[in-house]
Amino acid sequence: MKISFPHMGTSHIAFKHLIEHLGHEVVPPPAPTSRTLDLGVKYAPEFACVPLKMLLGTYLEVLEKGADTIITSGGVGPCRAGLYPHLHQKILKDLGYDCKIIIFDPPLHNLKDFFSKINYIIKKGGKSWRQFWKEFKTSWLKLCVLDDVEILSHQVRPYELKKGSTTKVFKECLHIVDQAQTREEILDAKRICEKKLKEVPQDPSRNPLKIGIIGEIYVVLEPFMNMDVEITLEEMGVITHRSIYLTQWSRQNIIVNTEGSIYKTAYPYLKKKIGGHGINSIGETILYARNGFDGVIQVAPFTCIPEIVAKSILPEVSKDLNIPVLSLTIDEQTAKAGVQTRLEAFVDLLEQKRLHGGLNYARVSGH
Amino acid sequence: MQGFLGIDVGSVSTNLVIIDENINVLENLYLRTKGQPIKVLQEGLQLLKEQMSPQLKIMGVGTTGSGRVLSGAIVGADVVKNEITAHAIAASTMVPGVQTILEIGGQDSKIIILRDGIVTDFAMNTVCAAGTGSFLDQQADRLHIDISEFGTLALRATNPVRIAGRCTVFAESDMIHKQQTGHNTEDIIAGLCEALVRNYLNNVGKGKEILPPIVFQGGVAANAGIKWAFEKQLGFEVQVPKYFDVMGAIGAAILARNHYRENGGSKFKGFEISTSDFSATSFECDGCANLCEIINIYQDGNIIARWGGRCGKWDHGIQ
Repeated sequence: MKISFPHMGTSHIAFKHLIEHLGHEVVPPPAPTSRTLDLGVKYAPEFACVPLKMLLGTYLEVLEKGADTIITSGGVGPCRAGLYPHLHQKILKDLGYDCKIIIFDPPLHNLKDFFSKINYIIKKGGKSWRQFWKEFKTSWLKLCVLDDVEILSHQVRPYELKKGSTTKVFKECLHIVDQAQTREEILDAKRICEKKLKEVPQDPSRNPLKIGIIGEIYVVLEPFMNMDVEITLEEMGVITHRSIYLTQWSRQNIIVNTEGSIYKTAYPYLKKKIGGHGINSIGETILYARNGFDGVIQVAPFTCIPEIVAKSILPEVSKDLNIPVLSLTIDEQTAKAGVQTRLEAFVDLLEQKRLHGGLNYARVSGH
Repeated sequence: MQGFLGIDVGSVSTNLVIIDENINVLENLYLRTKGQPIKVLQEGLQLLKEQMSPQLKIMGVGTTGSGRVLSGAIVGADVVKNEITAHAIAASTMVPGVQTILEIGGQDSKIIILRDGIVTDFAMNTVCAAGTGSFLDQQADRLHIDISEFGTLALRATNPVRIAGRCTVFAESDMIHKQQTGHNTEDIIAGLCEALVRNYLNNVGKGKEILPPIVFQGGVAANAGIKWAFEKQLGFEVQVPKYFDVMGAIGAAILARNHYRENGGSKFKGFEISTSDFSATSFECDGCANLCEIINIYQDGNIIARWGGRCGKWDHGIQ
């Protein structure tokens, strides 16, 4: 089988590792570009949110390159994402592509379905469950290392002396991690990357603002979608902290660690799960405020209901906890210049707030 | 005598002001950008040079507006600031204690909320232009009325009609319908002003705590009908400052003045640049499928700025 999968941040490097080691050929998903988006927009329903369009564009690009099977996640609950892989399948079929889409729903939703799909992939590659487990653990390690290296890059970039130097080193790091095959090599790669990033010339005397990034998972994780919000802010000298990492449940050292506590934290404002990352956006804003962050930026696809619900609750959270929130709504019409202006104005607002202490009174800004 | 230059290059107008160290406006210009920001900026500088007192020495320059980076590179700006911050600084200096700024320009509209002189919230229009000056331009054209008479006619209305203003196209059909049912022009114009304000408050002003003193600025503030409609819908007095149409440029000039006070020195290239030969070239980068349009800006044949890339490959390296 020639397998491909969605592109989301840096995770494709670890997924590629897993699929390859299970004996399959991988068609790596290219990083989304305007061409990807154009392809997706052309064939997707106009009213669908931008993740559907971008994934469709990605699938069309990997099918052009010869992929015959696409592995993707499904979902249950009110967010439309659970419906999307089925819709993708129908659209691709209408366009004349005879590809197989394997959809993984959350395991606890249907254990039998989950394991039979993994079994299918393992058996097609001629591997055993034992080998799968070994490769899975190595790939998970790779995913963790990718996240570790990225987190470090976000800590270094606001202090860099030369704009762009961290990003350059980070791109080299991704290549190094990609090349590492065994557990030992992956751990070595981690050490090398951490050393390289720490060697980026920095000005430690800066006292950067701290901004938390919340919102819907795909636009949060995929820099092309969020107009590189993290890098843009960090190059303005702001520390950003992203609420979502794929490996976060294994992390205890970051602010937002388990989903359970997020629901509990958000409970005074929202008592129900509303699908997607809606409730997380509320809970994370509260946690960022409690942890001394200067502000929060919500990135959400246009028409994303969970984030719209969150957005309508956020002004109250913002007012109660005195933490400014900027909401950026993203679709294929969003222009970088508009996002840049709002980010600059938001950073000015936060700097003034920091200078004048508690005098400020914050609300949700943007649109 | 010391002067500070502020430049606001927007999509519709290019504004230049010179203030003195006590923030008195010495010169101000409001020019149409006409899609030629570099040329208009050079003309503006030439005009300023001719108008201003020869004793005046420019000690600092600030730029703002959507063309802030371009104009900053051309004149050698000390401060390049986004228009939200620039407008807030100008309004809070000109109208001490201001708590709400309503700003409507040709193609964008924004609201800025201040408390104790500090910006606490802001919003800009994103998906729709039905709350901006272009909306009025379109409808004035449809009614064959000069846009400068629009406001006075609106104030003569006795019974403003209700016009669906969510979208300029539907507003137009609704307006034609009202004409055909026999409403007079004044009432229709007043209805349009109310439609614009309703749209602005529902979109840009949604969820904002609008408290007095309220300042209304930007090109559309010249329209007395819109001011009237704001006052009617908000129930507060709305002030239009003397230099309402160049407030962004004033903000940029104030920032340049503050920058000079803190740091001294200026990167201003002088008024001579109005005769320099500026040109822009572009090429399509084929490094990836994004195919970014990279823009090079030249001054007398030397490259002074470059931008347009998504990845930063071309942005870094030119100071």
